[in-house]
Amino acid sequence: MFKKLGLAAAAFALSASTSLAATEVTWWHAMGGELGKKLEEIATKFNESQSEYKVVPVYKGSYPETLTAAIAAFRANQQPAIVQVFEVGTGTMMAAKGAVYPVYKLMKDEGESFEPKSFLGPVVGYYSDTQGNILSLPFNSSTPILYYNKDVFKKAGLDPEVAPKTWKEVEEFSKKIVTSGAAKCGFTSAWITWVQTENLSAIHDQPFGTLENGFGGLKTQFSFNGPVQQKHWANLKKWQDEGLFKYGGPVGGDNAATMFYAQECAMTMNSSAGRAGVINNAKTFTPGFAPLPYYDDVTKEPKNSIIGGATLWVLNGKDKATYKGVAKFFSYLSKPEVQADWHQYTGYLPITNAAYDLGKSQGYYAKNPGSDIAIEQITRGTPSANSKGLRFGNFTQVRTIVDEEFQSLLAGKKDAKQALDSAVERGNKLLREFEAANN
Amino acid sequence: MDTKKTTFNNRLLPYLLLAPQLFITLVFFIWPAAQAVKSSFEREDPFGLSTVFVGLLHYERLFDDPNYLDALSRTAVFAVSVTALSMLLGLAFAASVDRLVRSGKVYTTLLVWPYAVAPVVAGVLWWFLFNSSTGLMPFFLEKIGIHWDHDLNGTQAMILIIIAAAWKQVSYNFLFFLAGLQSVPQSLMEAAAIDGSGPVKRFWTISLPLLSPTTFFLFIINVNYTMFDTFPIVDATTVGGPAQATTTLVYKVYQDGYLGLNLGSSSAQSVLLMLIVMVLTFVQFRYVERRVQY
Repeated sequence: MFKKLGLAAAAFALSASTSLAATEVTWWHAMGGELGKKLEEIATKFNESQSEYKVVPVYKGSYPETLTAAIAAFRANQQPAIVQVFEVGTGTMMAAKGAVYPVYKLMKDEGESFEPKSFLGPVVGYYSDTQGNILSLPFNSSTPILYYNKDVFKKAGLDPEVAPKTWKEVEEFSKKIVTSGAAKCGFTSAWITWVQTENLSAIHDQPFGTLENGFGGLKTQFSFNGPVQQKHWANLKKWQDEGLFKYGGPVGGDNAATMFYAQECAMTMNSSAGRAGVINNAKTFTPGFAPLPYYDDVTKEPKNSIIGGATLWVLNGKDKATYKGVAKFFSYLSKPEVQADWHQYTGYLPITNAAYDLGKSQGYYAKNPGSDIAIEQITRGTPSANSKGLRFGNFTQVRTIVDEEFQSLLAGKKDAKQALDSAVERGNKLLREFEAANN
Repeated sequence: MDTKKTTFNNRLLPYLLLAPQLFITLVFFIWPAAQAVKSSFEREDPFGLSTVFVGLLHYERLFDDPNYLDALSRTAVFAVSVTALSMLLGLAFAASVDRLVRSGKVYTTLLVWPYAVAPVVAGVLWWFLFNSSTGLMPFFLEKIGIHWDHDLNGTQAMILIIIAAAWKQVSYNFLFFLAGLQSVPQSLMEAAAIDGSGPVKRFWTISLPLLSPTTFFLFIINVNYTMFDTFPIVDATTVGGPAQATTTLVYKVYQDGYLGLNLGSSSAQSVLLMLIVMVLTFVQFRYVERRVQY
């Protein structure tokens, strides 16, 4: 109630200051720091490019905070026109049919050209319904890659230009690194849920859940306790006991980056959007970039990895003029030069093929080695039902559960099978809860 | 004692004077609480597009959920530890400062500082100190053979939030105990001293019994503090982990409601939390107060 009153007051204050000339389009986002500045720059440039509409970006805190704020505002009928929602909130947004104005429909209604084929397949697939209609506009998408320390590799007697391709090599390299004393630990990882469970499943073409990973409807059940996931979790536990792997903490695993920067761990796995951070923090060593490793006894042809990040959702309940402005702004955002600028500045993926091509013709990837690894990894092969993405309700909570079970595994309270079985069982309860609430 | 009796003939005035307070209580306490009770009986999608009355379903689920029951006992451990630790330390500091004549003010000022630190900052501070890869404490603990890793070790994580929460509350308890000690009549102390009792004996037999109203008041305040106000500390240090080892009741309300958008269950949890605190306060006033000498 507090929140609603506060929001109402804030919204009132905002509307009172609206200039009369231009139609205002509010955009709630979750980009702080440098990313936020860049985002505001994009909005300013759009506002300067025409005089009819004014996009007003408002920073609302973290991803969950932004989503919750938008939902509370919607309930109080004070919602913004555009809200940035992270990928785990996709299931929640898609189920809220009465609250969301699907992007494909908006663009059609407003007569703006919108071609799904111009977007990168795995990015757009994550945010389309089963008929292939795009429901939200991809904005900032990333995918995990492997970062390694070339200096430590050299010290350990490894070729600094060769990154491990398979998990077997990760193990071998880590052993060499630890026994030679080049670093205290072989590798760490951010986002155990996203990188070591969700992406692991996609890359090895293993289902994360039934009904095409939840794309097929709310009746989906989790199935990420399969043999490959079990084997991987058991390995991580084994490698932790042997001192090859170090845990970076729950959720985003903040300690992973710290341990990598401090040269305590020779390798880390993290979002491609972490590239700028790695370059800025790797003052005393040369970082290398590589695709995520895979098990070559499971697959010879690893599938594409899946994305993280956020998209822009349009909320219902605004007037026609506002939606016209939203459509114009979305067309502007999808322009190759705007996309390429955002992608090159932040390390997020280029969303459209045109932006990727523009970067190529500008010579960006040649000048910045490793900056195209994420794009190559996400576009390799043909996406299968297991690698096109995930769509589950209550997924924020499910990720918490996966984190908890992983901690139980590392603490020795459960083995890999027990931990994964328990995560699936607890997760399924949340799926049923979500199904019941959205029917 | 002769008291002067003042009478107000205007019948409306008292209500008028009470109105602002009543208004605030109604808008900011009663209304949200009533909303919470209402939505604890409903199942609703986050956007509020469809609402179904489900009766006691959320409550039944909670009592079937081992995670919730664990959080309940965990919160008890947390509340008792934080209250005991912070009150004992507060009392110890107050007793020490009370004996100082000239430097007392300086110590008082210094000891009150932690209270001015925002809970989140306090949490982050302890998080830095105990960070398993960069922190100072794990480095020293390693030397005496303790491997500190609160990201994986639930007991250590609990110890960490107890320390952080208690540290924050020591100042408050210290101030009240100090004020209490200073209001102990000097004549009693002198009489006891003349009768030959030492400082320790005087503390146990005179100061402490006279402090009982303060102790009782602080006890209630501290329990309420650990129940409700420790959220930022948990959020900044352990995020409720590892494996829910530091998920207290109030943190679970946040996780399920704010992050999970499960408003029904979250409301049911807040209602239960509200009941727990009401019962505790009732018990404290009803039974503990009887033994308190004012």
